[in-house]
Amino acid sequence: MTTSVAAPLADSAPAIDVERVRADFPILRRTVRDGRRLVYLDSGATSQKPVQVLDAERAFYVQHNAAVHRGAHQLAEEATDAYEGARATVARFIGAQPQEVVFTKNATEGINLVAYSMSNAATSGPDARRFVVGPGDSIVVTEMEHHANLVPWQMLAQRTGATLRWLGVTDEGRLDLSDLDTVVDTTTKLVAFSHQSNVLGTVNPAHLLVRRARQVGALVLVDAAQSVPHQRVDVHDLGADFLAFSGHKMLGPLGIGVLWGRHELLAAMPPFLTGGSMIEVVSMQETTFAAPPQRFEAGVPMAAQAVGLAAACDYLDALGMDAVSAHEHALTRLALDGLSALPGVRIIGPVDSVERGSAVSFVVAGIHPHDVGQVLDDLGVEVRVGHHCAWPLIRRFDVPATTRATFYVYNDAADVQALVDGVRHAQRFFGVA
Amino acid sequence: MQLESLYQEIILDHYRHPHHRGLAERFDAEAHHVNPTCGDEVTVRVRLEPGADGLTVAEVTHAGLGCSISQASVSVMSDLVTGRPLDDALTTHGQFVTLMQGRGESGGVDEDRLDEALAFVGVAKYPARIKCALLGWMAFKDAAARAAAARAADQGGSR
Repeated sequence: MTTSVAAPLADSAPAIDVERVRADFPILRRTVRDGRRLVYLDSGATSQKPVQVLDAERAFYVQHNAAVHRGAHQLAEEATDAYEGARATVARFIGAQPQEVVFTKNATEGINLVAYSMSNAATSGPDARRFVVGPGDSIVVTEMEHHANLVPWQMLAQRTGATLRWLGVTDEGRLDLSDLDTVVDTTTKLVAFSHQSNVLGTVNPAHLLVRRARQVGALVLVDAAQSVPHQRVDVHDLGADFLAFSGHKMLGPLGIGVLWGRHELLAAMPPFLTGGSMIEVVSMQETTFAAPPQRFEAGVPMAAQAVGLAAACDYLDALGMDAVSAHEHALTRLALDGLSALPGVRIIGPVDSVERGSAVSFVVAGIHPHDVGQVLDDLGVEVRVGHHCAWPLIRRFDVPATTRATFYVYNDAADVQALVDGVRHAQRFFGVA
Repeated sequence: MQLESLYQEIILDHYRHPHHRGLAERFDAEAHHVNPTCGDEVTVRVRLEPGADGLTVAEVTHAGLGCSISQASVSVMSDLVTGRPLDDALTTHGQFVTLMQGRGESGGVDEDRLDEALAFVGVAKYPARIKCALLGWMAFKDAAARAAAARAADQGGSR
């Protein structure tokens, strides 16, 4: 029996020409494990990078390298222009203003920035009072959070005496909103949630969470690490206060991420990391701070990576984010159908493709997810195995771990077929089918 | 196709039919080890008894969740150390660690001593899986050290 997943892709949005896209990604031409074609299905962990991004980063070093926001020589001017130009591009990509975009190391650092700023608020004067949390206050997250959007809030609660609460997840892999009005109440100071689950693929109903948070006057932080790379995100449509994402998951370089925040909030927030660049006036006794975004960018920034991230935004813009979403949606549908058709395969996450991104997690009866991943790797199919930095969610589904495939602009139906065939091969190898 | 060299038949057999699985009621000490990168976990219980040349490993039992490599490895380990003098069991432990550092070669290890554990030689070619193979062995070493310490403390107290 062959389970064919060959089917037409994107039916409405302009299609992505995968062959042309793949030509921009040199790494996809290499082979793995004894000459196998590389089938890269781990973009949810980190995406591959097109030559346009690599060239932009290299061009910065070759032609303009200098320390940004320091010095008055020509190279310093050019480096600063390149860095601030990148900020403008990234801001435009998410519908924001440049002064609302803080460059960070990654989404994790962006979330920590807000969490530490909130604990610093207690000792930062009247402007910062609205960020103070303490005993009697609550911080609300969800059970499907990546550790990056869970641990910082656990730690903030520990440091301040606030209570951490969370919204549960249904068996279908959707957020359980039945107790939203009691979990988010007048004690809630912040609601932090994942826009798109890195394990389940679920796209959460941001507008419902934002609306409830507004009713009780809570701040809203959205972990957009898995949404900004894969769907059109406009910060004003979303209506949140903060949004964090990583460059490396959206075709950009490692070591660059973004924290977007409403400008009036950033302007009132105390800094997290301190040092050079983020100051206004320094004496031996005290320091006043620069306006955002510089206030949150201590030290010489990662200008080349910012330039690379801007090139990634341009690349995605040229494809069109609607086309990106439609392409992934079609691949996800193929994968869900192909995998569900195999006896013993259970999808962890929504099996319908409504409000759903491309992360497809699954378990195979009788084979540990690690072993499934090992067999796939032997065939050149590179997936993620383990708890995906969302251990509480994995426990919620009563599985030891999952195998996870994620799709991006350079994947096609043949890649999905390789995945499905690989899982069947694993079943034969371990004698469970 | 490298799979067969990784998943040797001995490994698959132990995975399907693990030995010494199920935690014993009588034990001196236990250790619970977790592989934080994948979430696999194992609990190993050790009971020691005085023997002719010091302490002997009287019983090793285990329970846990994990991949074929980790489950088979803890099973093979239990076979190899049960009934052995503790020092001898720890020497075998050291030999297995050496095997796991061998990048897929078994040169430099005592093959007779490792016996069925030699089947894991291919695991050492996959850095991400070495921790899987070592999980149960490390839990055993930890539990055995605690068991020996508990015995020493008991003896000290009864004098």
